[in-house]
Amino acid sequence: MGQIQITSLNKEFINRRRTKREDDPTPFGQVVPVLEDINIEIEDGEMVCFLGPSGCGKSTLMRIVAGFDRQSSGSVKIDGKEITGPSSDNIFVFQHSGLLPWMTVWQNVELGLRKMADKDEQCEKIQEYIEMVELEGFEDHYPHQLSGGMLRRAELARALVVNPDILIMDEPFSGLDFLTHMKLREEVVNMHQFLGKTILVVTHDIDDALVMGDRIIVFSRRPSQIKMNRKLDFPHPRNFFKKDHELAKLRDELFFMLGVNYAV
Amino acid sequence: MSPFAEKTAPFFSFTILIIAWELAVRLGGLNTNSLPGPSQVFLSMIELIRNGAIFKHTVASLFRVTAGFYLSALLGIPIGIILGRSQTLALFFNPVIHFLRPISPLAWIPLAMLWFGIGDQPAIFLIFLSSFFPIVVSTAVAVQSINPTYFHVAANFDFSRTEVIKKIVIPAIIPDIITALRLTVTISWIVVVAAEMIAVQSGLGYLILDARNGLRMDYVLDGMIVIGLIGILLDAIMRRLGQIDSASWGIRQM
Repeated sequence: MGQIQITSLNKEFINRRRTKREDDPTPFGQVVPVLEDINIEIEDGEMVCFLGPSGCGKSTLMRIVAGFDRQSSGSVKIDGKEITGPSSDNIFVFQHSGLLPWMTVWQNVELGLRKMADKDEQCEKIQEYIEMVELEGFEDHYPHQLSGGMLRRAELARALVVNPDILIMDEPFSGLDFLTHMKLREEVVNMHQFLGKTILVVTHDIDDALVMGDRIIVFSRRPSQIKMNRKLDFPHPRNFFKKDHELAKLRDELFFMLGVNYAV
Repeated sequence: MSPFAEKTAPFFSFTILIIAWELAVRLGGLNTNSLPGPSQVFLSMIELIRNGAIFKHTVASLFRVTAGFYLSALLGIPIGIILGRSQTLALFFNPVIHFLRPISPLAWIPLAMLWFGIGDQPAIFLIFLSSFFPIVVSTAVAVQSINPTYFHVAANFDFSRTEVIKKIVIPAIIPDIITALRLTVTISWIVVVAAEMIAVQSGLGYLILDARNGLRMDYVLDGMIVIGLIGILLDAIMRRLGQIDSASWGIRQM
C-alpha cells in the first residue's frame, strides 16, 4: 500500500546566508518559511508529478516524505502511520546517482535483498530486475563504466527490487541527453502501469509532467503553496502534438526510428 | 612521446648523471676521499653484496619500517574513522593531534631512547610517530568528505551501524587511504635512516654512520643508493595497491 496524506504541513529553516541578496528579504539568522500549509492526499498507485520554480521546496517536501528531513509542523502519514524516518518501504531515487561507486551493478541491486535467506531466489530476483531495466550483460560493471541513462536504470532496478510501496524520484531525467530522457520516461510510464506503485516525481519539465502524471501539483514561489492540483484523466500513451497531422506523423516517425515509440 | 621513449627515458637520465659524475671526479680533480666516482662506488657495492652486509642492513631497516608503518596504519585508520564520524570527539582531539603533528619525530629521539632503550623499539616508535599523525588526519578528512548521498542510501536500505562502516565508509575512503599510505611510507623510510644513526647497531642508517666514522665515502654512497632504490620500490608497491579495481573507483572517476 502507498497512500499518502499530507495535512497542513509547514517547513521553515533558518537563513544562514551572510551575504545579502536583493531578492532575499529575510536577514541573517531569521526564520525563512519554505512550505506553507500544504495539504495533499495521494491515492495508492498514483503517479504524481510536482512542478514549481526552483528553490520552491519541492525537493524538501520529497525529503520529508522519504523521512530524511522533518517538517516544522503538520503531519505526513503513509497508510495512516506517521513517518518516523527513512525506510525501504518508501525509496528515494536520487537526483545525482546514488549508486555506490565501489560496487558493481549486481552488488548495488543486491543491497535491498541482502537479508534474504534463500540465495537462489535472491539471485533470480536480482537477475529479473536487471533484465527488466535492460542491463543484462552489465552486472559486473562498476558505475563509472556506465552511461548516464544506464546509471538511472540501474538505480531504478535497485529501488524496485525491494518492492517499495512508494517511489520518490527527484528530477530523474536531469542531465540525460534528449533521446535517453524520452526512452527512460517511456520506461517509467510502462513500469508504473505494470507495477502500479505510488510514484512521486519532481520535475522542471512540463512535458514530463503532462505525459507521465496521473495528477499534477504545481507549487508557487517560496513560501510555497499549492497553486494547482489537478487529475489528468487521459489514457497512455499520451500525445498532444497532433495539430498539424503531417508534421506530427513525421515527428513520430523520426522518434520511432531513433527508438522512442510514443513520441510527444 | 612514443612508449619506447617513455620507457627508456629514466635510463637515459641516470646514464647522463653517472657519466657526469665520473667525469667530474676524474677531470675535475676532486679528492676521491670526499667524493668517490661511480666506478669506485660500484666496486665497493659488489664488495658489500659479496660479504652480505648490504642485505643484512637492508632487511633490518625494512623490518623496522614495516613494523612501525603497520602499527601506525592499524591504529591510525580506525582512529581517523572515529574522528571523521564523530564531531564531538573531533572537536576534543583535533587540537592535540594538530599540536603533535608538526613536531618532527626526530625531536622524540631522546625520549624514545629513554623509554625503550637501545634496539629496534625506539626506531619502530619513531617510524610509528612519523606516519601515525598524517594517517589519522587524512583518514578523518576522507571520512568527512564522503558524499552524503551514500549515507542517505544506507538509511534508505536500513543499514546497521557496522554495515555503514563496512559498506560505505571503508570503501569510500580507500582511494584516499592509499594515497595517504603512499606518502607516509616514504616519510617512514626517511625517518628510519635517521633513527638508525642513533639507537641501533644495524640498518642502512647505521651503515652510513659507520662508514662515515671509517671515512669510507664509497660505502656512504652505496647506502644512499640502496635507500633510493628501495624508496622507489616501496612507492611502486603502494601504487599497485591503488590499481585494484574496487579500490580505484575514485581515481578512475576523475
